[in-house]
Amino acid sequence: MDFGLTAEMLARIQFAFTVSFHFIFPAFSIGTASFLAVLNALWLWKRDEAYLQLFEYWKTIFAVTFGMGVVSGIVMSYQFGTNWSVFSDRAGAVIGPLMGYEVLTAFFLEAGFLGIALFGRKRVGDTLHMVAVAAVAVGTLISATWITSANSWMHTPAGFSIGADGTFIPEDWWAIIFNPSFPYRLTHTVLAAFLTTAFAVGAVGAWHLLKSSSNRQARIMFSMAMWMAALVTPIQIFVGDQHGLNTLEYQPAKIAAMEGHYESHPEGAPLVLFGLPNEAEQRMDLAIEIPKLGSLILKHDPNAPLEGLDAFPADGRPPVLVPFFAFRIMVGLGLLMLAIGLWSLFERWRKTIYTNAWLHRAAVTMGPSGFVAVLAGWYTTEVGRQPYTVYGLMRTAESLSPVDAPAVGASLMAFVIVYFLVFGAGVFYLFRLFRRPPVLNEDHELDRGPHRSAGINPGPAQEDTIREGAGHAD
Amino acid sequence: MPIDLPTIWAAIIAFAVLAYVVLDGFDLGVGILFPFFPERRDRDVMTNSIAPVWDGNETWLVLGGGGLMAVFPVVYATVLPALYMPIIAMLLGLIFRGVAFEFRWRTARGSSWWDIGFCLGSLVAAFTQGIAVGALVQGIEIADRAYAGGWWDWLTPFSLVTGLAVTVGYALLGATWLNLKTSGDLQARARRLSMVAGAATLVLIGVVSLWSPFIDQVYFERWFGWPTAFFSVFVPLLLAVCAIGLWHGLTTDKHLQPFLAALGLFVLSFVGLGISFYPYIVPGALTIEDAAAPDSSLAFLLVGAAVLVPVILAYTGYAYWVFRGKVDPGEGYH
Ligand code: HDD
Ligand code: HEM
Ligand code: HEM
Repeated sequence: MDFGLTAEMLARIQFAFTVSFHFIFPAFSIGTASFLAVLNALWLWKRDEAYLQLFEYWKTIFAVTFGMGVVSGIVMSYQFGTNWSVFSDRAGAVIGPLMGYEVLTAFFLEAGFLGIALFGRKRVGDTLHMVAVAAVAVGTLISATWITSANSWMHTPAGFSIGADGTFIPEDWWAIIFNPSFPYRLTHTVLAAFLTTAFAVGAVGAWHLLKSSSNRQARIMFSMAMWMAALVTPIQIFVGDQHGLNTLEYQPAKIAAMEGHYESHPEGAPLVLFGLPNEAEQRMDLAIEIPKLGSLILKHDPNAPLEGLDAFPADGRPPVLVPFFAFRIMVGLGLLMLAIGLWSLFERWRKTIYTNAWLHRAAVTMGPSGFVAVLAGWYTTEVGRQPYTVYGLMRTAESLSPVDAPAVGASLMAFVIVYFLVFGAGVFYLFRLFRRPPVLNEDHELDRGPHRSAGINPGPAQEDTIREGAGHAD
Repeated sequence: MPIDLPTIWAAIIAFAVLAYVVLDGFDLGVGILFPFFPERRDRDVMTNSIAPVWDGNETWLVLGGGGLMAVFPVVYATVLPALYMPIIAMLLGLIFRGVAFEFRWRTARGSSWWDIGFCLGSLVAAFTQGIAVGALVQGIEIADRAYAGGWWDWLTPFSLVTGLAVTVGYALLGATWLNLKTSGDLQARARRLSMVAGAATLVLIGVVSLWSPFIDQVYFERWFGWPTAFFSVFVPLLLAVCAIGLWHGLTTDKHLQPFLAALGLFVLSFVGLGISFYPYIVPGALTIEDAAAPDSSLAFLLVGAAVLVPVILAYTGYAYWVFRGKVDPGEGYH
């Protein structure tokens, strides 16, 4: 089962496939964990049932997402050894401790308090329960910090020396952790997770508002999501721009690929809006360009020179196709998110934010936008780093395990089948959970109302809801 | 025994693996026992008894793996390719096991499928972990810091027996856990299963212990040569104490004692393994000293581990304390 591909190509496909699935869940669970902490705090502060009901509503969704994040993550942590063993051997002393700290400071924290956050409110009381919910949220953020630090080090390595046997030896941990691209990548990734959640929550809220615009819980979640969209998207666009400037400094070949610049432009580069990369001829076909704008954005000077891919040796150039299009998808979605945010501000000012069906339809359509943007962003970053795993120092081709193509091919097949089956079912169940009206009173009680007829039993994460949300009904 | 950074780290990794084995061992054991409890109600109680803790238990596996990459990168980079297929199978098994907790509640029609997935996933994970131990005991071919063997080297009669031994052992942990956490008919059945699994575990521990000295001269000398033969008396003696504790606890209907005795069996078997391996980390190929990462890595992570592992143990203990006592089948889990 090698599909006529080399072991290296199969291992890359396998890594890209499993990490893409993995990241879809954290992108949502990082944001949801913080959202839950906010909802719980609001409930404790205002003692308004609506917040408790929202907490219980999103808690179940979080539990399903989180479970899928955990199991797909465990695959990742072993895949470095099975498929990229040479990389693990040479870079393990640098990357490994960062991931080790992630386990010690984040994974245990999340896992240790998850049980209490989901099932323990009655057992530990409100205060300790709040601590547990906050611990889970903080845990997801700490996790993001360490793993993006490890990943950033692979893009902009710092603070190491190279030993006689070719291994990377850590010299300065501060420089390793706070490597040049880390602050930008961390901020951009965490804001991306918050936006992903905001647009998912907004879509669910909007969908229920379309059915009943007086539903109080749906109003609250829609309003919260739209505040996030309006306030965080501009920040994200600014951070993305800064991130790009940082990349220009440390990985100019990646920028050339993202911008579609095969040729250097000594007198000011254009901004390529669209084009078809032609790898064989090393040029852009059918390019639509705005003269000088590329240099203006990246160098803040319309006439500044900008290097194209021709400035780099042929065996050090990334492919153009994926970074070029993925980058445009991400930026395009970012601009659409901004548009939704601004529109919501306008409707809020007109006092029609809960009744404007067109805004709600647009928000429902934008529900998946965060997931797509996040994946597009990672594809830009990672493919743009090729042909290296540790930028400029270790090639992807040298990183591979001594594995045979059929073994990698067979495991890839197994991952594809299992992931589509298991995570496909999971996503289906998530949609079912989104469909429940966010009202948990006697009329729409979880274990009696529409829920039972949909064929769903109360689950471990849901039984609290029944007892607490509708304790008086049974 | 020199106390230096690599040795300390070998001890910490060994502790993480042991913690994983005993903690996730009982979770996986509960899954393995599913076929003996066909009633939906019983299965609800069984999954509820582990739902709040399984994720924390599994995290020790991530610490074992991630820690290995950090402090013994060459071990991580040779053992995982050597065990390519069992490891991939284990990961896939753990996926089915992990999602089943939530998924089985989300569907009425599909829930029996997720129950099957829960059981098979647990079974595959347990069996492949046992195979991994067996393959390690047999040794792994390493040349030039890379795995140099073939794709099926891990598959031998011995590794199949260790696979079976770990599976049955996990079933024992699961059965004694259920004996501790449940009541009524469910507990009675768990108690009977504990007796069967206990007897089978002891037989398999015996088989593996008698077999391994003949696999490698080094193990033979370790167990039958002076002064290490001291352990050859000591370890079996303690095993006998645990076996008696298990039997006595089960026949007199104690709740906690059988579980502790089963944990004891695992700890002792693990210590026995450690005695066989030391000072090697991959028997015959890599010693703890050879395999260690540069001191700058070991020291950096040790600072964190020294502070955080005790903290982790404290709050994990607290989480177990919060969910102490029998699972109330009527109430569900709160
Ligand atoms: C920016 C965020 C981010 C990124 C880029 C990654 N992860 Fe992740 N990971 C998380 C954020 C996260 C999280 C939010 O902490 C998760 C998701 C859901 C969860 O349970 O924790 C998680 C879970 C998770 C787990 C299970 C933890 C547990 O047992 O609780 C492992 C082992 C990994 N991840 C490992 C990886 C590896 C090896 C990655 C790189 C290839 C990776 N993750 C990328
Ligand atoms: C979660 C978000 C991430 C996504 C979606 C992602 C995506 C990708 C993709 C698509 C590739 C393949 C590039 C190619 O082969 O052309 C890749 C490569 C790689 N990534 Fe990431 N990545 C993510 C995070 C990480 C992190 C956090 C790390 C390390 C700690 C990492 C390590 C690697 C390595 C080692 C490769 C090299 C293998 C290869 O080139 O295929 N990735 N990633
Ligand atoms: C519209 C304005 C945006 C700009 C200018 C921008 C810019 C960038 C750049 C330049 C990179 C590549 C960094 C590298 O070279 O390694 C990147 C990566 C990424 N982007 Fe964006 N981005 C924008 C919007 C978004 C949005 C809306 C999201 C998600 C909601 C997002 C998510 C990501 C992610 C997850 C990555 C990969 C991780 C990283 O390298 O930070 N971006 N972005």
